[in-house]
Formats: sequence, C-alpha cells, structure tokens
Amino acid sequence: MVVWRLVSAIALLSCFLTCCGRVATAVGADAPDKMKSRIPVVLLACGSFNPITNMHLRLFEVARDHLHQTGMYQVTQGIISPVNDDYGKKDLVASHHRVAMAQLALQTSDWIRVDPWESEQPQWMETVTVLRHHHSQLLRSPPPMEGPDPGQAPSAPTAAPQLKLLCGADVLRTFQTPNLWKDAHIQEIVEKFGLVCVSRVGHDPKGYVLDSPILRKYQHNIHLAREPVQNEISATYVRRALSQGQSVKYLLPDPVIAYIRDHGLYTKDSSWQGTGTARGKGKAS
Amino acid sequence: MDKSEKTEVVLLACGSFNPITNMHLRLFELAKDYLNGTGKYRVIKGIISPVGDAYKKKGLIPAHHRIIMAELATKSSNWVEVDTWESLQKEWTETVKVLRHHQEKLEAGSCDHKQNSPVPERPGRKRKWVEQRQDSSQKKSLDPKAKGVPQVKLLCGADFLESFGVPNLWKSEDITRIVADYGLICVTRDGSDAQRFIYESDVLWRHQSNIHLVNEWINNDISSTKIRRALRRGQSIRYLVPDLVQEYIEKHDLYSSESEDRNVGVVLAPLQRNAAQAKS
Repeated sequence: MVVWRLVSAIALLSCFLTCCGRVATAVGADAPDKMKSRIPVVLLACGSFNPITNMHLRLFEVARDHLHQTGMYQVTQGIISPVNDDYGKKDLVASHHRVAMAQLALQTSDWIRVDPWESEQPQWMETVTVLRHHHSQLLRSPPPMEGPDPGQAPSAPTAAPQLKLLCGADVLRTFQTPNLWKDAHIQEIVEKFGLVCVSRVGHDPKGYVLDSPILRKYQHNIHLAREPVQNEISATYVRRALSQGQSVKYLLPDPVIAYIRDHGLYTKDSSWQGTGTARGKGKAS
Repeated sequence: MDKSEKTEVVLLACGSFNPITNMHLRLFELAKDYLNGTGKYRVIKGIISPVGDAYKKKGLIPAHHRIIMAELATKSSNWVEVDTWESLQKEWTETVKVLRHHQEKLEAGSCDHKQNSPVPERPGRKRKWVEQRQDSSQKKSLDPKAKGVPQVKLLCGADFLESFGVPNLWKSEDITRIVADYGLICVTRDGSDAQRFIYESDVLWRHQSNIHLVNEWINNDISSTKIRRALRRGQSIRYLVPDLVQEYIEKHDLYSSESEDRNVGVVLAPLQRNAAQAKS
C-alpha cells in the first residue's frame, strides 16, 4: 500500500516537473510534443447572442491566445451556448434563430461550434448547470487534440480537458450585483471550472477579482485576458442600427446579416417581441 | 425630397491600408448611411485608393499586396471598390490630386454616357457600377431637375482631419481646395475634438458646411498598426479584418519585424517635398 502511494507520488511529481520544464521552454503553438504536455481547455461562452457579432467571436480568439501564451494550456474547442428563450430578456429573438445565426457565423471557424442544448431545455437554467452539463459531456467523449498531423494516432494519454467559462469583463462585474448570482455558484464556477475574462473598456477586472473574497481565493483560476484591439460591438447597438435600416456590415459576419434580412429579424416591428423583464441571472448580451 | 434632386456622391478614402481592416470598411458604411439619411445626397460608389510605395511610410509593404488585400476585403461589397491609379504613380501624389483625378474621371464618364462598358478587370463589380450609371442617366432623362455629375468627397477618420495640423504634412492650399472644391466626411468617435479642431482652423471653419462629422458610437479601434503588432506577436487577427484578408496575410507572411523596419530613417514623402518647396 505504502509502495503504491510512493510510486504514484513519484509519478505525479515527475509528471509535474516535466510539465514545468516544458512550460518554461514552450512559446508558440508550433511544437506538437510541447503542446501535448499542456492542459487541454475547452472554452464555453454563455449569453444571448442576440445577434452574434464579431466581438463575440473575438472573445474566443483573444482568450485562446492568452491561454496559449501562459504555456500551460492548449485550447482545443470553443462552445457558444445561446440562452434559453425563457430568460425573457427584452428583444430576445427565438432561440432557433439565434442558434442558426451563430452556426452561420462559425461556418468558417475550425474550432468553435454552437451547442443548442441550453436553448432546448424546457426552461432557463443557471450558468453553472450548463457548465456541469458540458463538462460531463467532455469527460464522456474528449475532443481530439489540435495538431499538425491529425491523422496520427494519439500516443501518450493526455490530461482530462478543463472546461472554462469565457466572458467579458462586464459579466465578471455582475458577480457583485446582489441576488444575481448565488455565492455557491460563483464559487463552483471559479473553483471547479475556471474563468477566462476578456477586458472591456471601462471595466477593471483585476479590481473586481480583488474586491470579492471568493474570486480572490480562486484568482489562480481566473485568467484575465487583455483585448489588444478595442472592438466594442454591442449587440444592442446592432439591433438598433438594424431597426433603423442602417448598415451593420463588417460588425457581424455577412451570412448572419443575410439571415437577419431573409427572416425579417430586428426590424422596427419586432422590437415589441420578447415579453417580460429580464430575470437577470447573470447573462451578458 | 425628390430622388432626382439629390446630389450623387462618390466617397474616396485615401490611406496606407497597411493592411485594410474592418474599421476602414465601416467608415464607408457609416458615411453612406449618414449622407443618404440627410435626404440631400445619394452615395453611389465608394473608392479605396491605397497610397503608393513612394510615400515611404515606416512599415509600408509593397502596394500590390495592399491592393490585393483591399480587393479581397471589398469582394462582398456591391458599392465599394479599389482603385490603383494613385498606387501606380511613380512619385507620391498629393491627396488633392487624387480627388481631382477621380472627379475628372466622373465628369468624363457622365458626358460620355457609355452604354457599353469597356472590358472590365473585375466583370462583376464594374458592370454593377455602369448599371447604376445607366439607371441614373435614364432617370435623368425622365426628370430634368437631376443634379448632374456626381461629387467626389474625401472620406476619413478623425486622425486624418487632425493631421492637417502636422507641420509640412499638408500644403495649406491643398487643404483649402479639399474642403472648398470637394468636401470631407469625417467619421469620428469623439465629435467634440473634431469640432474643436474645425473651430480652431480658419480654413476649415470657412468651409464647415462642406465638412460632415459622422458619429461612430462603437468603440472601434481596429487600427492597422495594432493589426501589424498583433501579427508580430503571433496573436489572432480574426474578426478584425475580413477572413480573406487574414488568410492572404497568413499565406504570404506579410507582416513581421522586418517588414515593420521598412523605410526606417527615411523621411515621409510629403514632409520631404513640402520642406524642399518651402526652402526654394
């Protein structure tokens, strides 16, 4: 029994040291063997995506660059999870449209996909429930590692993928809003999963983390990524421009704009859709 | 107002486009919506005119790449196109001359009423514009109140406007001709700074009716400089530039520390020319 514990401890230690050694030298994403020793990460973004914009898509790119830069992670997958219609936010168009638009936006992405599971549930659910669901899905069928030679059979077993919540700094701030998030959920998100937060103008994500005892405790699991090129395309602005017949070209992918036009979404008349007030349990627009 | 009484406008954007970004492309969309929204204008065309290599700006890569990227970027646009005239000139050409060139071209085109288009380089694009001209010339024959030749206006961002204040960068007569004879559409996030700049300049103030400030509500800071910096650092530029442009840059490995060192130590063409003329 003692021998087994010793052996496993040594194995863990040597694995850890190997990883550290490799982390020190790993720079870009070019050396496949170095990438294999990194922790695989899947990024999950929850939100209205009403509609999806280039800024949402940028979040993934910035987050991925940031995590790769640390030398510790390799981002293998991105998931967009549009919120359930039951969320009741004003102007929220039907989820099948929001899912379809996200799919069109992601046609040209080789690592980000849409998952309609959250939107297909009978009612709205907390973010942590969505995280739990996708995490269990990942454990059941781990995603393939990115690499220059996908035809190669996987050699050494890789670490279990970590699922991290991707969001903008504005969402991080909502953790402070009283009664918006359950403390237990915030803790579970940062303790069990992890957060990748992309900066936004007018926000101080570092401050938000330090101001909260829970976030401070798990700050090692909160990655603050800086968007080097400000690109504040709010979906609210996009909806308003559309309702006024103004161009939104180059703010969203062309296929999404065509879909919006073909289905008559976000016109002046449709501003009456989306009943009720937001329940506001912490979803970004 | 009757459609035929509107002044037809062609928006001309001059710049390095090194590389072209989604922000450049947004300028056209915002300007068109604004001018069409006044009820006085009808924007019929947008022209991207990349500067020639003789401009000698630091980090400026060869014009043919910048042209191709701009063409890839405007492939999905049915009204904005790329013009190579400026980039093909042997020496650097002042902006006012580029405006003049395009205005004269429009005047020649409208006198001619060319029903058959010449062999186009890019069939899809030019045919559409010729169709538009045919449409508008047909409408003109129906209604004698039509406004005549389209007007070229210079489209730019706030930094361009404020560059008027940089010593020796612009000839003061050129600035006068630009705002007096053509007009400026300036898309800016901070309208108050631009307004103050206009207020503090006698020339701009005198022609303020010909200077349109368009507000850009989105904080959109996608500058070419930042794109090049991100590329040097191995960071993603996806969704900041059109996909075709990003693929082209990647395929040809266009931007690096080496490319950024081009023209280091060389004096910018306008500074050199204006300083020399000031001495003579």
